[in-house]
Amino acid sequence: MIEARNINKYFGENHVLRDVSCKFHPGKTNLIIGQSGSGKTVLMKCLVGLFEVDNGQILYDERNFSAMSIDQRKEIRQELGMLFQGAALFDSMNVQENVMFPLNMFTRETMEEKLDRVNFVLKRVNLENINKLMPSELSGGMKKRVAIARAIVMNPKYLFCDEPNSGLDPQTSNVIDLLIQELTYEYGITTIVNTHDMNSVLSIGDSIEFIYQGQIWWSGNKKDILHMGNKELNDFVFGTELTKRLRK
Amino acid sequence: MLRPISTLGSYVLLMRRVFTRPQKGRLFWQQLFFEIDQLGLDSIGIVAFISMFMGAVVAIQTAYNIDSPLIPMSMVGFTTRQSVILEFSPTVISLILAGKVGSRIASQIGTMRVTEQIDALEIMGVNSANYLIFPKVVASVLINPVLIVLSMWLGIIGGWAAMIFSKLVSMHDYIQGIRLDFEAYTIFYALTKTICFAFIIATVSGFFGYRTQGGALEVGQASTKAVVISSIFIILFNLVLTQLLLG
Repeated sequence: MIEARNINKYFGENHVLRDVSCKFHPGKTNLIIGQSGSGKTVLMKCLVGLFEVDNGQILYDERNFSAMSIDQRKEIRQELGMLFQGAALFDSMNVQENVMFPLNMFTRETMEEKLDRVNFVLKRVNLENINKLMPSELSGGMKKRVAIARAIVMNPKYLFCDEPNSGLDPQTSNVIDLLIQELTYEYGITTIVNTHDMNSVLSIGDSIEFIYQGQIWWSGNKKDILHMGNKELNDFVFGTELTKRLRK
Repeated sequence: MLRPISTLGSYVLLMRRVFTRPQKGRLFWQQLFFEIDQLGLDSIGIVAFISMFMGAVVAIQTAYNIDSPLIPMSMVGFTTRQSVILEFSPTVISLILAGKVGSRIASQIGTMRVTEQIDALEIMGVNSANYLIFPKVVASVLINPVLIVLSMWLGIIGGWAAMIFSKLVSMHDYIQGIRLDFEAYTIFYALTKTICFAFIIATVSGFFGYRTQGGALEVGQASTKAVVISSIFIILFNLVLTQLLLG
């Protein structure tokens, strides 16, 4: 389990995260939702240590991540995988080299073992026979799936996904969402997904934290979210023309 | 006033992360050979072209400026050799490399920064500064002296070719000039400067690339800044090293 306890983050005078406390459970897809600029990405970057919190604690299974040195964090970092908004595949490496990179860096496996593992995870994300393609030759959805393969190749305990559907069509978005959910259930991963896509919220939101102006405004799940009386939450949930019509 | 000090502090802090033991030796060697190819071997063409013509121009200018019959024509070869070895090859070629290699390093690392590839490395637990910048620094320090020696040789050959074709100085006089009063220390001086300049090019460009924030525009700005600041430091250190080694 990952827990944030009273975390605050400032950028100069701008108080971006205000006393944020929340828990993310293993074997569930935990969603952080909110409008653009609400602090979702900052919260995720604080959780993974790309930003330092100004105060508060971040705990990975009771291990105080925020108090650790860079070297101490390496151990936890090898237990986590992350899917970035733009996939963040290494341009100079082909698909196989991208997925194999963490294995090359942190394991002593033979080339054959590493190749088996790479092919296994690529197959798991429904990509086969694309090992030699470069990232520039892949579609948006394929890039995301390769990035997921790279994120899970080391069998992570924690998986972070920052806007996994951005730039994808609704059908491909759905494929990515279901893939993330399947992997979460299959391996019992603590998955945290940052999104403002209501389709994702309603299909994979086992646990949802709604963040508004840097604060946790509402917590719940996909069943509750459509029936709440919270104005800010409803403005977000029913923000599109389609959802407004469906509500009526 | 505080900004340059703050930038210097950031540079020193980054270098502390760069100069650590690589996490995986095999990957470091792979990267090193790749960078030697990309930063060094890929620059041979431009270095050869500029050196040949530079040497030719120095020789022709020297020959045209020797009016007095009291000055032997072998001075053309002597002057060309001294100019090329002491200044043109180590300094001018390093400035050219600051433009070519420096912008490449800054834009490559800057692009990786703005497309979150560096964040991806950090998330995996990789020391991204060491992984990305250290092989480039080592490759530059190893390959630039090779390029500069090649440049010296081609510069002198260029001067010789210009004299042969223009018939301003006989081949005998030119060769006599380039052998006159040769001191091996000048090569040591030139290579010491080259290593220092290579270090400046790789670390300064790596620094500006690594701290890029924003998008394509900022990558371009980082690249320009890397070239300008590297060139300024090369000129400054040229004076300091010349005073220290020849003064």
